Amino acid sequence: MSTTRPDPLHPDPLHKLRAYFAGFPLLWPLVGLAALLLFNVVYHPGFLALEVRDGHLYGTPVDLLHQGAKGILLAIGMTLVIASGGIDLSVGSVMALAGAAAALLAKRADLPLVAVIVLPLLLAAIAGLWNGLLVTRIGIQPIIATLVLMTSGRGLAMLLTGGQNPAFDRSGFIFLGNGHLLGLPFTIYLVAAALTTAGLLLRRTALGLFLESTGDNERASRASGVDARLVKTAVYVVSGVCAGLAGLVATSNIKQADPIRTGEMMELDAIFAVVVGGTALTGGRFTLAGSVVGALLIQTLTQTMFYLGVPPPIAPVPKAIIVLAVCLLQSAGFRRDVVGLVKRPIRR
Amino acid sequence: MSRLSFAATAVVLVLLFGTASWLYPGFLSARVIANLFGDNAALGIAAIGMTFVILSGGIDLSVGAVLAFTSTLVALLVTRHAVPPLLAIALGLAIGAAFGAVMGAMIHRYELPPFLVTLAGMFFARGMAFVLSLESLGISHPFYRSAATFGIPLSAKATLNAPALIFLVLFAAASCLLHATRFGRDVYAVGGHEPSARLLGVAVGKTKIAVYALSGTCSALAGVVATLRMGSGNPAQGTGFELDAIACVVIGGTLLSGGVGSLAGTLNGVLIFGTIQIALVFDGRLNSWWARIVVGALLLLFIVFQKLLARAASRRA
Repeated sequence: MSTTRPDPLHPDPLHKLRAYFAGFPLLWPLVGLAALLLFNVVYHPGFLALEVRDGHLYGTPVDLLHQGAKGILLAIGMTLVIASGGIDLSVGSVMALAGAAAALLAKRADLPLVAVIVLPLLLAAIAGLWNGLLVTRIGIQPIIATLVLMTSGRGLAMLLTGGQNPAFDRSGFIFLGNGHLLGLPFTIYLVAAALTTAGLLLRRTALGLFLESTGDNERASRASGVDARLVKTAVYVVSGVCAGLAGLVATSNIKQADPIRTGEMMELDAIFAVVVGGTALTGGRFTLAGSVVGALLIQTLTQTMFYLGVPPPIAPVPKAIIVLAVCLLQSAGFRRDVVGLVKRPIRR
Repeated sequence: MSRLSFAATAVVLVLLFGTASWLYPGFLSARVIANLFGDNAALGIAAIGMTFVILSGGIDLSVGAVLAFTSTLVALLVTRHAVPPLLAIALGLAIGAAFGAVMGAMIHRYELPPFLVTLAGMFFARGMAFVLSLESLGISHPFYRSAATFGIPLSAKATLNAPALIFLVLFAAASCLLHATRFGRDVYAVGGHEPSARLLGVAVGKTKIAVYALSGTCSALAGVVATLRMGSGNPAQGTGFELDAIACVVIGGTLLSGGVGSLAGTLNGVLIFGTIQIALVFDGRLNSWWARIVVGALLLLFIVFQKLLARAASRRA
């Protein structure tokens, strides 16, 4: 009898299990991704198959990483912005802006490839700096500050291209979004490089700590010597550059600029990836790995819809339901209500 | 302070309209003014709902998607299922209200950020619009034919059409609701300082849920107005509409932090927005993407202006 009596200090029989999972925040996003992959494998047994053609690796998993590259790049920047307590709604428009600039530069044969890549990224960085200054210097709420660029960014992109979708034939730039290196799409290396850089900077230096403390409690971090304004401005610049890079990839993919379609609704995918990945919208602690898993989850979901023959315009419905479900599960109030519903009949 | 920003928007409207009338012959006419209301009726109706939401300290990003969903639903019911138009419209409005109320309940009860819930709502409503129909649906029904020709003539060439009349009637009703009822005062109280409002006995939860339900109803009505104007329901329409509506509200002097603003300001904002669009059409040299840039710039200008006012006010205090 003494062995079966519950420990008064730990009335929860699942306590140990729970404590273990609490130390592993990636669990739920990974479970979600695994469940989705499993569903696909059952529905379509060849889903995870890989094959080598012309020395390149082909298959859905490679496709997921290649197509998901833009989403992951955006999610990296968005994670940092959200960790600082902000939000960046302008990433889709910045993608279009950088893409338009890159397409115009790529048409000019006299410019070196470096300029075609670096100048649009610089433009994207300036766009990010603009957002950052609006938030930190003028004190506008991040949603609204970035809304300004979201509304007018596409207009600026169309102004650059004169309302056209300029096409280009620049092999070096086309390689960025379509080329292969050692059998894998180049975009995968690009994402890996971006992730490694961000990971090293944030977790091997104190920058990540500064960021988390700023997002958690700006006043306290300022009091303890963290330049919170600088940190906040910097994350918007990083988010701008990430969006610019994603815009370059998107433009290179289709070999032309498209100010209207490039990055359309991508800001929402990026926010969803971060939220599903387990970074709280209230700022503070963040997980880059979670956001990557979240971005892959969203991409897999998109691909699954495609395989099921769901028309692309309907794809937002399941995305919306998943994100709301994740947020509700994170909400203490919702869990209390659900537990109440389950327990009440038992008590009677 | 709210009076100052209202005066500022009124000055901007008069200046804009005056400049356009001076630059383009024929701009200052009853026809242009009637069109200003008719063309921007859907936007104005959505902006009215948005004003309540922003005054209560929230935001609603789902308005464009709810507009698209309602217009598609009404068109589908009327054309494919032979439902009487008025019943279809009533159903559309009821769904819009219920949709808003559910979002409001999630925001209030589970303390989720308004922009996230309404963002998910936007995805959901947009997708559901495409579930109803992947294509635009034309409506041909005697009711719609008579509604399209209905209007109050202002002069020989100008008529205030049905969308414009719906907008003006709704504006009057909403103004009464906001400025002359207990609900209106509660909205201001919740947006001003929620904890204080709760201590003063305001039913915070009810108010917040009602505000989102109201915004959902307004967006649905905007969808109905869109079917009246276009004679069709289109699941793809209204992208970026939520931003236009927010821009109108902010340009109208309503503070994004909640608690300060007015519907008259929002009407000013909608008219400023409309004047820019019509002026661009009159000019003919400037492309339509200039409208987006100008609206973005105006939005920014007004936010900065509000910030400066707030700073001056806090210094005086």
